[in-house]
Amino acid sequence: MTTTVQVDFRTRLQNWIPKLVLAPSLGVIMVFVYGFIVYTVYLSFTNSKILPSYDLVGMANYTKLFQLPAWTLAITNLAIFASLYIVISTAIGLTLAIFLDQKIRGEGVLRPIFLYPMALSFIVTGTAWKWLLDPGIGIEHTMHLWGWASFHFDWIKNSKYAIYTVVLAAVWQTSGFVMAMFLAGLRGIDNEILKAAQIDGASNWNLYWRIIIPQLRPAFLSSFVILSHLAIKSYDLIIALTGGGPGRSTELPATFMYSYTFTRNEMGVGAASAVIMLMTIAAIMIPYLYAELKEVK
Amino acid sequence: MSAITQDTAIRTGRVTRMLIYVTLLVFTLFYLLPLFVMVVNSLKPLSEITGGNMMSLPKTWTIEPWRQAWSSAQIGVEPTGLKPYFINSILMVVPAVAISTVLGALNGYVLTKWSFRGDKIIFGLLLLSCFIPFQIVLIPMATVLGKLGLAGSIPGLILVHVVYGIGFSTLYYRNYYASFPTELVRAAMIDGAGFFRIFWRIMLPISGPITVVCIIWQFTNIWNDFLFGASFGGQIQPMTVALNNLVQSSTGVKEYNVHFAGAILAALPTLLVYIVAGRYFVRGLMAGSVKG
Amino acid sequence: MRGNFGKTTALVMALTATASMAHAEDVEVLHWWTSGGEAAALNVLKQDLAAKDIGWKDMPVAGGGGEAAMTVLRARVTSGNPPTAVQMLGFDITDWAKQGVLANLDSVAKEGNWDAVVPTALQKFSKYDGHWVAAPVDVHSTNWVWANKKVLDGLGIAQPKTWDEFVAALQKVKDAGKVALAMGGQPWQESTMFDGVVLSTGGPDFYKKAFIDLDPEALGSDTMVEAFKRMETLHSFVDPNFSGRDWNLASAMVIKGDAAFQMMGDWAKGEFLRAKMVPGTDFMCFRTPGTAGDVTFNSDQFAMFKVKNPAAQAAQDEMAKAIMSPGFQSSFNVVKGSVPARTDVSDAAFDACGKMAMQQLKDAAANGTLLGSMAHGHADVASVKNAIYDVVTANFNGEYDAKQAAAELVKAVALAQ
Repeated sequence: MTTTVQVDFRTRLQNWIPKLVLAPSLGVIMVFVYGFIVYTVYLSFTNSKILPSYDLVGMANYTKLFQLPAWTLAITNLAIFASLYIVISTAIGLTLAIFLDQKIRGEGVLRPIFLYPMALSFIVTGTAWKWLLDPGIGIEHTMHLWGWASFHFDWIKNSKYAIYTVVLAAVWQTSGFVMAMFLAGLRGIDNEILKAAQIDGASNWNLYWRIIIPQLRPAFLSSFVILSHLAIKSYDLIIALTGGGPGRSTELPATFMYSYTFTRNEMGVGAASAVIMLMTIAAIMIPYLYAELKEVK
Repeated sequence: MSAITQDTAIRTGRVTRMLIYVTLLVFTLFYLLPLFVMVVNSLKPLSEITGGNMMSLPKTWTIEPWRQAWSSAQIGVEPTGLKPYFINSILMVVPAVAISTVLGALNGYVLTKWSFRGDKIIFGLLLLSCFIPFQIVLIPMATVLGKLGLAGSIPGLILVHVVYGIGFSTLYYRNYYASFPTELVRAAMIDGAGFFRIFWRIMLPISGPITVVCIIWQFTNIWNDFLFGASFGGQIQPMTVALNNLVQSSTGVKEYNVHFAGAILAALPTLLVYIVAGRYFVRGLMAGSVKG
Repeated sequence: MRGNFGKTTALVMALTATASMAHAEDVEVLHWWTSGGEAAALNVLKQDLAAKDIGWKDMPVAGGGGEAAMTVLRARVTSGNPPTAVQMLGFDITDWAKQGVLANLDSVAKEGNWDAVVPTALQKFSKYDGHWVAAPVDVHSTNWVWANKKVLDGLGIAQPKTWDEFVAALQKVKDAGKVALAMGGQPWQESTMFDGVVLSTGGPDFYKKAFIDLDPEALGSDTMVEAFKRMETLHSFVDPNFSGRDWNLASAMVIKGDAAFQMMGDWAKGEFLRAKMVPGTDFMCFRTPGTAGDVTFNSDQFAMFKVKNPAAQAAQDEMAKAIMSPGFQSSFNVVKGSVPARTDVSDAAFDACGKMAMQQLKDAAANGTLLGSMAHGHADVASVKNAIYDVVTANFNGEYDAKQAAAELVKAVALAQ
């Protein structure tokens, strides 16, 4: 009977439903992510050891953190690891995607082979590569058995080169996933533009360099985000592959943070390193987010 | 969606094609090598591994390591193998994936089709949450789970995985729905369709590809998680914790063949998901998630 | 009937994975003994308790010598739901006791007369503030050398008694083209060796001053420089692939005769026994040359956490009692390669190395030369231990020379305190 009132009520309800639907997700994120971050920041100013304590000690943990040679090393390692890992994974992913896109026979077989490493946990990846890279039993040993006596590959045993073996294993794990993202991007490109350019006499090189790759910008961005978050969070891989060694030469901030918080009973220092890590993440992510949110209307 | 099956218009010469095939072959070997090592060594007796070449095929083939890893290896005080833990993992993964996916879809729908003031900031907050290192949430999470009475239970684990899965699932759906014409939704609203009706009738039917992507991603991440499973699982430890107990024993004999068999067993469900759904995966990525 | 019911309950729990089946008389045990022999040995304890109608909720978390388990423990304690008993080492027990979360076992201890049968050096960790908080299961010691007897006999090498003899023996093996020292390059393994090296360089008093009292003068002294030099000497006898190798693969090298010696704690014995080698005829066990009469030990204990209801407390007490029973102490340690934490247990079931170790433990305890192992957290708290690890591994991997290492040691220890 009173349709107007009903409609009014319905519209108002309709206005509220979207927010109500979003509310639980937002609520848990505010508590379980941002609340916990605030908590960690607080802990970094306390003298927490084995369990959280609430006695403030000012900047002591940060001062100590930057006095530790292991932390400087971890930061340096992260810079080496992250930049190489991101660049190489992207390069391999893009190359494979472009190659697979050339009407390749057996694409259906190759694609899952390139992708499957992403399905494995880093623990499994690390263990398998640890064996392969070990000169005594792995690739070097096999090459010697096959008669290539001068073959030499012992990076994992060398403090200076071990971090590069971590890059190798990490690239192995995720480059196929990056390939899938680029392949998806390539398949979305309008062929009419390409055909037109071909008629104008553009070479394949020019087509890729000037037309196709610029159009893959979203795929570049997405893979950058996924790769950088994996690089920063890398923990399991280090533990399984090198255990941080030889010596402490492959320690990363994530392993550093874990060991100070949980095995060295210096939770305050661990929290301080976590705060530095979070600041690094924010420094990388906020520009990306800004671009992301500006673009889509 | 016709674009999906469309190949590139680029034409290549014979030499180039040869090079392409050779490169692809080299990478195929690179990707398969570790799997080969794991499979081959899981089929050898232990003496052949510690004494010999890990790349060579077994001299004596045996499936005993697989049998042991599955049903009789010592995980705790009882020699149960990985079998009982498999069920724990399933009980945890299935609801966690389902809930986080549904929430992600609804969030993505709201954020793209029912925009309101501040929705971008909310999305930004959700997205940034993907990047929190899990090690730092361990202690406060334990306190909260304890207060909620969910410590050491499957619902507790599900809650944890849902919370840290929402960010990615929302990202996937939001980017996917963003490319879907809002006019259609507007039109349906004018016809009097409500929030859920539009979601059910219009959004859901087109969500297939991205749902595959989201499920694969969440399934892999949650299945492979060790830290939360070990810390909050209590008596209900998932497969990864059991695998860790099998592989990491610090003082004792290491049966590498059983370890490799166990590692493959633990990875089998995710491998299966990738192989079966792999083709849809690229489609799903293409259909949306790589858009900005 | 009841026993059967317990079994069914366990089965149902395993199948349905429901925690709600738990009844009051259960003990929940967090530990990292998951390898075949150890876990089977622990099963003996489980059965002892089952006979008393006490259920066992198993919570194994392996990895990093208990590091993963300690992380899980933190989560459990903060969630207000600690396990009944937790396998723990050395100063971790003290650290947790300081938090006021451990139970008081004094009544059980008094009844079992633990004060008299457990060496004082161990009591330092089992007790906090004069009260028993943990039940020690075993005593391992780290200043051991394991050797392949056939290799030594083949090269005409007798058991080295002094450090110089040891170095000469290593050189002889190296000259013969074999790996002299089988070794795994992981910080804890390097530090385990360092325990023995420091003890042999400076003697028990120096060891105590440096590692237990953390005297900066001792840490930076010429003796410490000499100890690091000895580590460098040892480094020249390992093969180029030592880094990252698991300790048991190093043992396998000795077992197969590819290498002559390994310096490792007595858990290595299990590897030799499993390979059907007989102590004395196939392999030799002796103390790190220059450390005769001294023992650097580490002891696995079950720390008992405060539980709320009286029934659970009773179960906990029963568990502590069962751990300390001579029968369990003997059967567990025979399997584990260690020696009983009680000094009054018969050595009848032990092999030659085990008998020797038991006698040496008793003597060292009496002479005051039973010292906590630095490498295994029985000399210092975790932060200091790991700081020492950092320096030892940097020296062993060629980053610091001996002088630098001693200087860095002083700095690192000061920073970690």
